[in-house]
Amino acid sequence: MTISRRTLLGTGAALGLLTACGSNTGRDGGGSGGSGPKLSQWYHQYGEPGAEQAVERYAAAYKKADVSVQWRPGNYDEQTAAALLTDSGPDVFEVNGPTLDQIQRGQVVDLTDLFEGVKDDFNPVVLAPKTYDGKIWAVPQVVDMHLLYYRKSLLADAGVEPPKSLDELVDAAKALTTKKVKGLFLGNDGGAGALAITPLYAAGLSSVTEDGKVGFDDPAAARTLGKLRQLYADKSLLLGAPSDWSDPSAFTQGLTAMQWCGLWALPAVRKALGDDFGVLALPADGADGKPSLPVGAYGAAVSARGDHRKEAKDFVKWLWVDGTEYQEDFALSYGFHIPARLSLAKKADKLKEGPAADAVRYSTEYGYAEPLLWTPASRTAYQDALSRIIKSGANPESELKSVVRKVRAELDRVKKKS
Amino acid sequence: MSGNKTWGTQNRTLWFWVFVGPFALGLLVFTYVPLAWSVYLSFFDAHNTVSPTDFIGFDNYTSMLRNEAFTDSLVTFAVFSAFIVPTTFVLSLALALMVNRIRRAQAFFRSVFFLPAACSYVVAALIWKLSIFNGVRFGLANTVLGWFGADQTAWLSTTDPPWYWLVIVTVRLWLQAGFYMILFLAGLQRISPTLYEAAAVDGARPGWQVLRHITLPQLRATSVAVTLLLVINAFQSFDEFYNLLSNSSGYPPYARPPLVYLYYTALGREQNLGLGSAGAVLLALIIAVVTVGQARWFGLGRKED
Repeated sequence: MTISRRTLLGTGAALGLLTACGSNTGRDGGGSGGSGPKLSQWYHQYGEPGAEQAVERYAAAYKKADVSVQWRPGNYDEQTAAALLTDSGPDVFEVNGPTLDQIQRGQVVDLTDLFEGVKDDFNPVVLAPKTYDGKIWAVPQVVDMHLLYYRKSLLADAGVEPPKSLDELVDAAKALTTKKVKGLFLGNDGGAGALAITPLYAAGLSSVTEDGKVGFDDPAAARTLGKLRQLYADKSLLLGAPSDWSDPSAFTQGLTAMQWCGLWALPAVRKALGDDFGVLALPADGADGKPSLPVGAYGAAVSARGDHRKEAKDFVKWLWVDGTEYQEDFALSYGFHIPARLSLAKKADKLKEGPAADAVRYSTEYGYAEPLLWTPASRTAYQDALSRIIKSGANPESELKSVVRKVRAELDRVKKKS
Repeated sequence: MSGNKTWGTQNRTLWFWVFVGPFALGLLVFTYVPLAWSVYLSFFDAHNTVSPTDFIGFDNYTSMLRNEAFTDSLVTFAVFSAFIVPTTFVLSLALALMVNRIRRAQAFFRSVFFLPAACSYVVAALIWKLSIFNGVRFGLANTVLGWFGADQTAWLSTTDPPWYWLVIVTVRLWLQAGFYMILFLAGLQRISPTLYEAAAVDGARPGWQVLRHITLPQLRATSVAVTLLLVINAFQSFDEFYNLLSNSSGYPPYARPPLVYLYYTALGREQNLGLGSAGAVLLALIIAVVTVGQARWFGLGRKED
């Protein structure tokens, strides 16, 4: 039988189509390790050089499964949320959560048994938001926190002391603002996203109370948020910087005298400014207030739709529970984070002096973690209101009243499911 | 000779399905099935799921209609369209008239004005955000204004006055005026020169009088098409809004068109696919009503008298 050119082309095209229809499970990637079942592991893109190679090295060191690592840039939380609806998502994934809805919908696997005998060694502040219904749904990897960085020399030149109250922060920002340098950078949205609920905690309130009620149905909340408007109205805030608050560039380039940023920025700030900086929590507001800063942790979770849930759990235990040397390396060798294990955090030399030591102390004294009951819908409603208060001068009382209503409805919804 | 029947022109049904089938199947699988599924989801509590079980009737619709953020997004769209449709129309028509009159290097100018259409909305938005309209002293706009002693302006972060509209509208104008200029140019080149000659013989003054009485009426069909396309494009606006205004913490509560709002509701961290679907259905209905209204207004499909 002779094959005509047309038949050959036709067959080729058909094969091409069939190949194109094959599903891309994302299981081909870097860092594949041992034999056994294939597992895919997702991370969000860390900015620190070497972090990607490190996690690929960890995966390659695991011998009981062939783990392939995917380093995913872009809107990571949205990507994982969508992937969890399908069978082609990750087996193991890093998550800034999981959210209450993800837990209630059964999208993640219960990991409580991995903590047997070591639960007390995990930082309780970051373990709490991973716990629901007495079960733990993700293994905290490293602890992160937000801080207020300030430039010592600029404060000294302006005769300003590091602020001890929110009012002092407002005054300091105004005093530090010149034609070329702004007093404070809280993000290009004026602080609505970066500060979020931190001012509520600085006023001695909370987002959601421990017994599951709205924690800011109090006049003090409106008073405190009004002070953020004052910062904006005084023109003390840097706005429209090329990089947002999570990047220390605006601070290190001298565009601002103070900046709200993360612990991760500490090495970059030290490299640029030497010892000419200090760190603070968001100062307290009012008689019942106390300094405050958010503490959180990306955790390793296992997708409930994966084919190898048992093997994925084993891998998570090996890497983030038993493999303390990996956690230590990941936390301190690339970026700058606090290991989630208390025993590791205590012995880390890098965390024992200067601003880093202050940061660790603040995290235990003033740190709060966003509660699991603070759902994305509540967060959006609150942040929208805060943005209107800061930028448009909307009335804080009426804005907060409407947010309280929405958050109450959200709390009722999620409680109904439990 | 049955082979000839298959390969020849006789078997039209077979060839119809060979060519149309894959596309019809694609349309069914990737458009109609998701559309129907979205309508289905809109009647359920579908947080973090596409196969929900909790039927809630019209609750998603009522809460979406009562939701200020959704109604605000429709107002945003209306404001945006009110800006962008007439400005793009006038600018692209002006460019077309200008290029049409140029005797030398017409192709060069046509290409220059059309070139931005080849640029992606994402890239253009980032150039506008990071280099031209960033809020610090080394942004292009602030540098130029600084020469005249003006203070730094945070273009995308200032709501009073709402400078962000200047950024949003200019990036879209830059991107799309060239494309519509080409449509107008095609329309202009179809107008018979004899009409202009006749007008000149009748004593019509070149310029505004000829434009008003000859050129614009002759461009009516092109103008209708351009206006329809502009409105549809405005409804679909997402890329430049999202890339100009969103950050890692979310999206500000202003300048949020419907698609951006629904994206955050359904596909963002909220993952409320039921509510998002209800919003999508409502938006589809609004677009349908506007399009039908617009078509009737322009007399599309009506028999010529």
